Amino acid sequence: MLQNLPIPFLVLSFLTILSALYVVTSKNPVHSVLALIFTFFTISAHYVLLNAQFLAVVNLIVYAGAIMVLFLFVLMLLNLSKESEPVKSNWWGIAAAISAGSLLLIITAAFQVSGEAVAKNPVEGIGLVKALGKVLFTRFVVPFELTGILFLAAMVGAVLLGKREKAVDALISKEESNG
Amino acid sequence: MDSALFLEKLILIVVILAITLVMALYFTFGERKIAAFFQDRLGPNRVGPFGLLQPFADGGKLLFKEEIIPKNAEKWLFILGPGIAMIVATITSAVIPWGTSLPIFGRDVQLQVADVNIGVLYIMGIVSIGVYGIMIGGWASNNKYSLYGAIRASAQMISYELSMGLALIAVVMMSGTLSLREMVEQQVGLNWNVWYQPLGFILFLTCALAECNRAPFDLAECETELIGGYHVEYSSMKLGFYLFSEYINMFISSAVMACVYFGGYNFPGMHLISDPMILGIAQVAVMFAKIFFFVFLFMWIRWTLPRFRYDQLMRLGWKAMIPLALLNMLATGAVSLFNSQGF
Repeated sequence: MLQNLPIPFLVLSFLTILSALYVVTSKNPVHSVLALIFTFFTISAHYVLLNAQFLAVVNLIVYAGAIMVLFLFVLMLLNLSKESEPVKSNWWGIAAAISAGSLLLIITAAFQVSGEAVAKNPVEGIGLVKALGKVLFTRFVVPFELTGILFLAAMVGAVLLGKREKAVDALISKEESNG
Repeated sequence: MDSALFLEKLILIVVILAITLVMALYFTFGERKIAAFFQDRLGPNRVGPFGLLQPFADGGKLLFKEEIIPKNAEKWLFILGPGIAMIVATITSAVIPWGTSLPIFGRDVQLQVADVNIGVLYIMGIVSIGVYGIMIGGWASNNKYSLYGAIRASAQMISYELSMGLALIAVVMMSGTLSLREMVEQQVGLNWNVWYQPLGFILFLTCALAECNRAPFDLAECETELIGGYHVEYSSMKLGFYLFSEYINMFISSAVMACVYFGGYNFPGMHLISDPMILGIAQVAVMFAKIFFFVFLFMWIRWTLPRFRYDQLMRLGWKAMIPLALLNMLATGAVSLFNSQGF
């Protein structure tokens, strides 16, 4: 079965899985994040192979360019090392493995059903900007707008959480004046 | 893909890369000459006629300096940092149209490496990963000054990327395309986007300065506070790569500005030239004239304005640039809606 697949796909998949494994197994959190960034790059390359250039670039901008920068930022500020890392019991690892494994099972099962349906009705240039924009703003306009509202709510929430409350400020200044 | 096209693209990539590197080399010379002019002195004039060989002397010196990797540094990441900075700086040139085409050996050679239909997004993507070179280098040095520099640089780049994207979206809404070539083709003659998007252009220029870590936004390498910023532990050609990538970034962002706002290779009276060879060369020349103007502008600003304070920089980014960019986007949307169907 493997020899029927195109070589770029095989190479990319190998790299993706290898770097994804390194994300989990690496002891150094900064190395983990860098490996995760590399994984996003290879996934973007997969999108390009599928002729979905828009998704490829958006994946890079959003995940590799924005979210991972913040991850790296926090890790560098905390400067975690092996000594300062809290020791967790093995049960955490087992629980994580079980939940990730069941997620993998569900996704594979879902793709077995939907993959055939997609293969039967391919849409011309669905990954390109024009086609995607049309679909998003006509057929899926309600979910799209709802996602927008969700993002706005998350943004407002983040700003609110980041804001210091007046009562806390007053408490801090009181303690400072006492001490 | 047929092999002739493959060869053509390969040669084009090599030529563009070589031109970019030579340009960056001579921008360092230009920067010193311009700085000298602004400060009423002569500048480098000892090596070669008018000091023209100075960049090669500088490069040779950097190359033969001792390579030092600090004992406590993360060795591989320390080496990776400047490499990423350099790669990211050079790959943006892939989507920039330098001219329409040149007839060479009977083939119509398109003067653009890849005419992808998401050119503008590609540039935004590269800009957004541009911060990794500085961040990784600064962190791997294991020095608190370089870590401060790296963190300052990344916070600054994230902040200004947002308004840069918003300024670009207004142009995309107006021209209705994400391809840089189509965008340039729409700006025939003097029908440049800058007349319709003056605010967007000023926002983009400011963000470009911040993204390139150029003064007045060069907080990442603020000598007085950080002794040198993210590259304080670097020596030899690794330092050279960091310094070089700054000039390449400047060259490429000038090219992007020329394409998006100033009509790229278009010039008035272009339709009067019928010979495709002369037309192609003239277009490339016009494109480079525009790029040189912007690079000069970058240098002019650097040697005129003092550096911002960090809180001023953040306040400008979040409280002035982003609201203005949003307003610009809203106004552009309203005007294009009015133009297309009236109220």
